Amino acid sequence: MKTAPLLCCTGITKRFGGLVAVDDASLDVEAGSITGLIGPNGAGKTTFFTVIAGFAEPTAGSVSFQGRDITTLPAHRRAEIGIARTFQIVQPFAGLSVRENIAVGAYLRHPGREAAMTRAEDIANRLGLGPMLDQSAGDLTVAGRKRLEMARALATEPSLLLLDEVLAGLNPSEIRDMIPVVRAIRDSGVTILIVEHVMQAVMQLCDTVAVLAQGRMIAKGRPAEVASDPKVIEAYLGHGAAKRMQAQQGASHA
Amino acid sequence: MKGGFLTSGYGPILIVVAALAILPFGFSANTTLNFLGFVLIVTLAAQGWNLLAGYGGQFSFGHAAFFGMGAYGIALAQVRFGLNPWLALPLAIALGALTGTILGYLSFRARLRGSYFALVTLAFAEVFRILANASAFTGGAAGVLIPLRIDAANFQFADKRSFYWLALSFVAFVLLLTHWIARSRFGAYLVAVRENEDAARALGVDALAVKLKAITLSGGITAAAGCLYAQKFLYIDANLAFGPWISVEALLAPIIGGIGTVFGPLAGAVLLLGLGEVTKTFFTWLLGGAVPGIDLVVFGVLLILCVAFAPRGVLGVLRRIVPAFRGGRP
Repeated sequence: MKTAPLLCCTGITKRFGGLVAVDDASLDVEAGSITGLIGPNGAGKTTFFTVIAGFAEPTAGSVSFQGRDITTLPAHRRAEIGIARTFQIVQPFAGLSVRENIAVGAYLRHPGREAAMTRAEDIANRLGLGPMLDQSAGDLTVAGRKRLEMARALATEPSLLLLDEVLAGLNPSEIRDMIPVVRAIRDSGVTILIVEHVMQAVMQLCDTVAVLAQGRMIAKGRPAEVASDPKVIEAYLGHGAAKRMQAQQGASHA
Repeated sequence: MKGGFLTSGYGPILIVVAALAILPFGFSANTTLNFLGFVLIVTLAAQGWNLLAGYGGQFSFGHAAFFGMGAYGIALAQVRFGLNPWLALPLAIALGALTGTILGYLSFRARLRGSYFALVTLAFAEVFRILANASAFTGGAAGVLIPLRIDAANFQFADKRSFYWLALSFVAFVLLLTHWIARSRFGAYLVAVRENEDAARALGVDALAVKLKAITLSGGITAAAGCLYAQKFLYIDANLAFGPWISVEALLAPIIGGIGTVFGPLAGAVLLLGLGEVTKTFFTWLLGGAVPGIDLVVFGVLLILCVAFAPRGVLGVLRRIVPAFRGGRP
């Protein structure tokens, strides 16, 4: 028997004045999966993500988590019930050390200082931040800050981790290093929803990919299926692109 | 995290407080004791400001609102309602804390940050000052005179040292409280809100609740300073209790001493008022008469020097050049 999805977004619409950023989009995230959310620039991915994380309320539609409606639940309460997020533009507590940064997340489940600090160290080691524990977060490299974002979110011990473009801005070798990290997080039992631009990573990581274009969900399926879907190719490359590509392929085969 | 007794934890607090406690045995002159008592009152007001602004990042320009609530609270409770000042003390502190909660609720719920929050606090303090100056209940422009009845049971001491030690015990209590908060979950959340409110919320921090707790505590602490002020001088009026002077000193002391540190307000108040006093004396000697406001010039120069060269205050500079101070950061 199929279990109910961990996260269900149903008919999400978000309007900013006259602009419809997300238009009646639905998405389910299965427990234990890595689900990818992709789409061209301006498709509404970040808005959709913001609604799930509780940083914006949808104009219409509902979000439910573990069968419970959380559409109007504020962001900090979502963290309490097990939803953690990272930020696309990293938001470290720059004046604090790496250890103190992660401890802020760990305090959610460990009210005592010693326990929170120990927990922060464990998570830093898991994410390869061990040697930088006492460094100021403001002094980290971009890759280090991305890892810190994930470490802090993980420290809240979530069951669903929302990753907002954690690979953006990294060079190819840093991306290669990061992929096993994300996979290890999933293998430890955390469900992941990832918004990502780096296609190579999406194809390698995700079990399911959903494609958002102009605010609408246009495709969903396994990464390979989605990548060859004409609607998706058109959304990325423009109207008629799928036909042209087919024609070109046909010509080269001949 | 680990460190010697002298450089971390409660050790330095106990040493500093003990040193301040034996100070009156060195100076017996009343003027010196008066001055030291005043320094401790400003320290206490500044400790309140430091908790909210230094740790929580919510910069207030109107801590006079809380100081005045404490001062008027304890004075009016005695004069109008005949309460014993020791009984009025916790009530006046609670009044300051409540003022903090209300002011915080109104401005934080409206998501006021930075200079907008600062302006709202300033406006509140000014409104209180004008109301206290106009209302018959608060004695109008004539202020409130607390009847002289020297008796320890009446919160008026024959020996100036008793008042000094009482004020010191308040300051010591807040030093310990601040140190404890800085190492607690609440302290970590407060600093997280200061550094980045959105990131803090994503990690499960209820930013509104954290800021409300901070401003309530802050209001209570600064109101306690107002209580001490009223009992020391036995006279207050709207400009003394709600005037901008205390808002300014409450924020200058931590900024000059070391913002967001346990000892910053104390170090800053000692330096600020000490230099102000020395300058006043020097100019009086030089010109043969007092130069009004010359200490304010010193405050201004100190502030500019700190902002330009020592953003972490005097303690920050000490920590950079003297290794022994380094462990003390909470």
